[in-house]
Amino acid sequence: MKNKETSSISGAEAVIRSLLEEGVDLIYGYPGGAIMPIYDELYKYSDSLSHILTRHEQGATHAAQGYARTSGKVGVAMATSGPGATNLVTGIADAQIDSTPMVCITGQVASHLLGSDAFQETDIIGISTPVTKWNYQITKASEIPVIMAKAFYIARSGRPGPVLIDITKDAQFELLDYTYEKCKGVRSYAPIPTLDTAQVEAAAEIINKAQKPMIIWGQGVILGEAEEEFKTFVETSGIPATWTILGLSALPTKHPLNFGMVGMHGNYGPNVLTNQCDVLIAIGMRFDDRVTGNLETYAKQAKVVHIEIDPAEISKNVKADFPVLGNCKESLSQLTVLVKHKAYNQWKQRFTDHMKIEIEEVIKGDTLPTKEGLTMGEVIIGINKYTKGDAVIVSDVGQHQMIACRYAEFVQSKSNVTSGGLGTMGFALPAAIGAKMGAPDREVLAVIGDGGYQMTIQELGTIFQNKTAVKIVVLNNDYLGMVRQWQQLFFDKRYASTEMTNPDFVTIAKGYHIDAQRVTKREELDQAIKTMIASDQPYFLEVCVEKEANVFPMIPTGASVSDIRLK
Amino acid sequence: MSDFTKYTISIYTENNVGLLNRISAIFLKRHIDFISFSTSQSEIPDVFRFIIVVNMTESGVRKIVQQIEKQIDVIRAFYHTDEETIFQESALYKVKSSSLFEERQIQNMIKDSHANIVTVSPEFFVIEKTGFRDEIEALREALAPHGLLQFVRSGRISISKEKMGISEILNTFNHKIKTK
Repeated sequence: MKNKETSSISGAEAVIRSLLEEGVDLIYGYPGGAIMPIYDELYKYSDSLSHILTRHEQGATHAAQGYARTSGKVGVAMATSGPGATNLVTGIADAQIDSTPMVCITGQVASHLLGSDAFQETDIIGISTPVTKWNYQITKASEIPVIMAKAFYIARSGRPGPVLIDITKDAQFELLDYTYEKCKGVRSYAPIPTLDTAQVEAAAEIINKAQKPMIIWGQGVILGEAEEEFKTFVETSGIPATWTILGLSALPTKHPLNFGMVGMHGNYGPNVLTNQCDVLIAIGMRFDDRVTGNLETYAKQAKVVHIEIDPAEISKNVKADFPVLGNCKESLSQLTVLVKHKAYNQWKQRFTDHMKIEIEEVIKGDTLPTKEGLTMGEVIIGINKYTKGDAVIVSDVGQHQMIACRYAEFVQSKSNVTSGGLGTMGFALPAAIGAKMGAPDREVLAVIGDGGYQMTIQELGTIFQNKTAVKIVVLNNDYLGMVRQWQQLFFDKRYASTEMTNPDFVTIAKGYHIDAQRVTKREELDQAIKTMIASDQPYFLEVCVEKEANVFPMIPTGASVSDIRLK
Repeated sequence: MSDFTKYTISIYTENNVGLLNRISAIFLKRHIDFISFSTSQSEIPDVFRFIIVVNMTESGVRKIVQQIEKQIDVIRAFYHTDEETIFQESALYKVKSSSLFEERQIQNMIKDSHANIVTVSPEFFVIEKTGFRDEIEALREALAPHGLLQFVRSGRISISKEKMGISEILNTFNHKIKTK
């Protein structure tokens, strides 16, 4: 319904009212010169719209991402022109590659100064173009309602992504006759391809013929809010299912048909058996190189069914023999009706056999260590004990991330928040702030390495100021562990610039009045985790882990998924 | 490299200032050079058309076109081989006027190559030639010994033999929006 009421208000106020129209009640940002009129309006609207002041604009984007990932809503980040805007770029790129709905609003110098190298002028439209789903510069206040509506529509529809709106300072001051209408469509943009029944039937036919089918699901299941449809499809068909890092948590860890993670540090069976299955059913995933290893030897024996919303992903990396374009919520429902149930007992046994090998060769050492040094794996297992799998785990990037995704247990969806595609170190701490605000009733744990933690450590200030009850677990090995592992394996142990002399993290946390504890011995770990989980405040736990431990299994770069190494 | 072919990419877009940057970024990211590039109004009011010529594999050009189509302000994108399109390029040649009168063969060259004289002044004259790249190049090479003062060639313009169906896409959209 069109809102018939019009009134003359400033562009800045129109921005705030547009946000409210879109159901936004929380934004992350950092003020500055070119966005001051909007901040002035925020002050007036502070009862209905909360603004979280992060300690760096990058933190605002990651917090908005974390918020989007746990709430399913569009995250909003705001910054001033120039450095404020450029500091958003990493978070925008992260949201683009991980399909996170986000709207970023930047202030810009007044329109008469554009192109004059004015103070804090930067071409953020040009800079952000390759990493946004859409972007637009507003120079007239009258454009604000229409463009804001379009921004939110584009960010959240179809395959979601980040949108950046740059607003000149004069447009923020200028008056307009404000009326707001939600965007119903953009004529050059078809967010969801129309489902073709013939494609579904063809896919069902090949699936029903399969003897050794395998599912790989990705984040599309979560973004499409298709968890129930997906679970029904898996259970109806009886097909073993495996996940990409961003698909994690869409199906409970202990579901009998959940056979683990594919990819570089995924599980042994899913990787090896990718090259033995006869039908590979990819659902809402994009065959990232970290999933496929060498494409020349990837699943060549299999017929590939690709259920996907984005036409550009079809046959981009892996040829789709049976593409099914559309929203997987709808396509999975239709497919479920057509697939026959089979037990696939012998085939599933292959996964189980591989898992037995992995348990002996890798998992026992990771989770039930007999050596003196603490392992990252036993910390995650310790966390599972107290969260019962019902926590949001936000991980950063590196060894701890792989360990967290391998061993953390999940009982509900939207519980795994990590930087998958871009691999942004520094993501987790600010993302955890957003994740907690997006799911305030849930336990939110950030699992971070000592390297990534120091990239955005200043966000402890945001946590302290807002009393955001996130639990921060730093797995400290005094190394940039994943890079060190590669140096050990592929660069003859030449540890170039990977060893870190770290500060006293507990003292730093306490400086922000955050309860903090350091664990160095195995016998202290359980109690420390228990204390942390029991706290209803922000809590910092540093666990000093084995310095030179490696993450296995591992598919070395350029190797085939079936050549995954166990040691 | 033998499976590289010349493809003409046609893109129908909204008239958006940022779009040129967005489209060229898709090529830049993949380290692909344009052979030629041109843009103009299309047959539909407020709809623009880009014509980009590239040398790529079929699989490469298909993926590029998928990425282009994915852009919000792109209505549709297509790729075609030379056989599937009618295409031309245009060129202007500036030559000293004295050559025109003193060297008889220049007048023959213009006639033989179906070029036109656009303007003549006491100092120089300008020839226009529309055609295929090799014809334009042949005239340039022929004129070169007579003192070519300036030469410029346009990007390819191209019309597909197959139907593009852009109006249908836009009409379907308008219908959907009205019924929402």
